[in-house]
Amino acid sequence: MRVKPRFKDVASVRSGLKKENYLADDGIAGVVYLADRLGKPVLIEGPAGTGKTQLAKSVADMTGARLIRLQCYEGLDESKALYEWNYKKQLLRIQADKTSDSWSEVHDDIFSEEFLLTRPLLEAITSEEPVVLLIDEVDRVEVETEALLLEILSEYQVSIPELGTITAKQIPLVFLTSNNTRELSEALKRRCLYLHVDYPDLEREKEIVLNKVPDISENLADQIARIVRSIRQLDLKKAPSVSETLDWARTLMLLGIETIDEKEAKETLHILLKYQTDIAKAAKELSVTK
Amino acid sequence: MPVLDLMSGFIVELRSAGLPVSLTENLDAMEAVKVIPIEDRDAFKYALGATLVKNNAHWRVFETIFEVYFSLRGPEYEINAEGKPDDFWREMQEQADQVKGQGEGKGSGGGMDSLTPEEIAAMLMRALMSGDQAMMRALAKQSVQRFAGMEPGRPVGGTYYLYRTLRNLDLDNMLQKLMDANREMSKQELSSLEERLEKDEFESRIEQFKQEVESEIRRRLVADRGAEAMAKTLRKPLPEDVEFMHASRDEMQSLKKALYPLTRKLAARLARKRRHGRKGPLDFRNTVRHSLSYGGVPADPKFRYPRPAKPELMVVADISGSVAAFARFTLMFVYAIQHQFSKVRSFVFIDGIDEVTKYFKATEDIGEAINKVNTEADVVWVDGHSDYGHAFEVFFERYGKDINSKTTILLLGDARNNYHAAQSWVVKEMRKRARHVYWLNPEPKSYWNTGDSIVGEYGAHTDGVFECRNLRQLEGFVENLA
Ligand SMILES: Nc1ncnc2c1ncn2[C@@H]1O[C@H](COP(=O)(O)OP(=O)(O)OP(=O)(O)O)[C@@H](O)[C@H]1O
Ligand SMILES: [Mg+2]
Repeated sequence: MRVKPRFKDVASVRSGLKKENYLADDGIAGVVYLADRLGKPVLIEGPAGTGKTQLAKSVADMTGARLIRLQCYEGLDESKALYEWNYKKQLLRIQADKTSDSWSEVHDDIFSEEFLLTRPLLEAITSEEPVVLLIDEVDRVEVETEALLLEILSEYQVSIPELGTITAKQIPLVFLTSNNTRELSEALKRRCLYLHVDYPDLEREKEIVLNKVPDISENLADQIARIVRSIRQLDLKKAPSVSETLDWARTLMLLGIETIDEKEAKETLHILLKYQTDIAKAAKELSVTK
Repeated sequence: MPVLDLMSGFIVELRSAGLPVSLTENLDAMEAVKVIPIEDRDAFKYALGATLVKNNAHWRVFETIFEVYFSLRGPEYEINAEGKPDDFWREMQEQADQVKGQGEGKGSGGGMDSLTPEEIAAMLMRALMSGDQAMMRALAKQSVQRFAGMEPGRPVGGTYYLYRTLRNLDLDNMLQKLMDANREMSKQELSSLEERLEKDEFESRIEQFKQEVESEIRRRLVADRGAEAMAKTLRKPLPEDVEFMHASRDEMQSLKKALYPLTRKLAARLARKRRHGRKGPLDFRNTVRHSLSYGGVPADPKFRYPRPAKPELMVVADISGSVAAFARFTLMFVYAIQHQFSKVRSFVFIDGIDEVTKYFKATEDIGEAINKVNTEADVVWVDGHSDYGHAFEVFFERYGKDINSKTTILLLGDARNNYHAAQSWVVKEMRKRARHVYWLNPEPKSYWNTGDSIVGEYGAHTDGVFECRNLRQLEGFVENLA
């Protein structure tokens, strides 16, 4: 069933992502490469705003695949994730034929594909074109709901009691993201490759800023990355994410700032940090001479 | 050694270190190494990591073992080996000669080996100053060779060699020296922001150098003793196996991170039980599905489960000296729990007892909250030695009326009562009123009910006493609540 590998080697994953303005490190590129070669889903964990969701999107762009996204939330169930029978239509059909057809005929009829509403997971495996499937924030569903994913993650198929088993026409690249608000089940983890995406190191963060913020100078990007690194070392309630770094960079650009001094740093800290206590702590740390 | 042979030893070691590597994962790793060449060491490492490590808290342990099993093990890593005379090395020798020339006014010659520790330290300082990675790496090698005093077969741990190496380089004072030099060199006065950023940059370079030194020592030890023996010496507990009572600062930090998910789970478990038997709104889809067997008549209405209500919790924790380290952890636990329950009240005691809920509510800063508890809570009644009996009695007198059938009570402590009166009727009374009463004991089970421990006497009146020495056990307790 598998056609040919999508990527030549790890380096080409990295450079391909870079073309999409996604800056990967060795770990990220290596795991994406491996996922394709082994035909396994990738479970991505890490702090908020470190590019987990974006990775799936960028891989889709880079490979020219369609991105199908299942956004998870508490209470998500089979009917929203996999498929649902179109009950209204079924009821109408039952009503219409109450007298003429035998029950078993009606039964076979209303459980055919015509009455099936496909949801993201089923959609991803029935698609003819190449697909990247993103199951976003999987930690938000209850543990019990995770079970819905297991079949598709290991067999790339969906069993519908009334219809039989539907098998994938092509193996999609699958990414699951999690903010680690709860431990995922062992069964789910076993089926996935695991990738922890942490805050980028200084060099990579600088690159991200340079790539994502138009016209920013090398010097300013460097300063931003340094300050953010220093702030992340503090014991904070919530450390700044990459998206907050980017917001901050854009703000500084708007303000026409070319070199950050203490005053400007302090005045704009609220873009980087969300809690008052964190802002106070950072303001204090950044100006104390040691 | 062929990769596959190395792999099996490697995986055995991961398991011995406590990583839960399943058969599937083992097989996946074997597949992975077929498509990633071992020569690309970084990619190789991440490929193994992705298949074998499914919990970020285990990454450090994994990395250490990886280094032991897959670090390059050529002859140049023998303990007595001289450096490899490649181009870079020659260049360094020349630099070294220069340093010699300037430093002592002697003629050149002798190269690296004739450098004094001070001269090497000076070279290191230059490398750190400019962030010259290659030079830092080379100096790490050279320093280990010169200063660690490693001898084949000597049964000494890596930390000793690390200490010797770093002491010779005077690394403790390096940061200060770098900062001073930096200040001198810059034309204008540095702002405090700039100073701070420079300091963080230097610190990160020094840290990087230290790690180079450590790996170099490790590589040589592996060459000398073999991977298996080294892995055993280096074995450290996984975060979930670190004993609360003996956790280092670093370990506490990583425990803290692990706590939030755990408290969420605890809340979910305590809420779950009440879900059954109550009816929520009509579940349309389910009803219709069943109606099909009645020819479309919705004869059997189905209801959704209602959303579980957040449970109420009372935490009563011993913070006396005998459980000091555990108490630090307990307070972090209470703090983390705060968000998960509709109502959490926390109490700490030694021989007196005090409610500390407000300290946790008042601030978002956990350090501050714990500090307040430790300095302001009124927990000493007579002599500041544990008196569970008295503390419990006072608790019941003051707060007993607040316990109701929705309350779960967690009692935390070693039940070492200094031979005071037990007053275990209080626990019995608690259980009568509360939904559940659990006791978590940080002591090893084998110590229970020895000496002045009377955990059995209290425990008899609870829904269960659980050994709780590390995260794994705490997690097990939470897991089994359902
Ligand atoms: N390596 C990267 N290269 C380019 N952009 C990045 C990178 N990492 C993060 N970003 C940018 O940071 C922002 C946040 O990324 P994203 O939404 O993917 O984070 P996330 O990890 O999914 O966060 P959350 O956990 O909150 O869902 C996006 O604008 C993304 O483009
Ligand atoms: Mg996301």
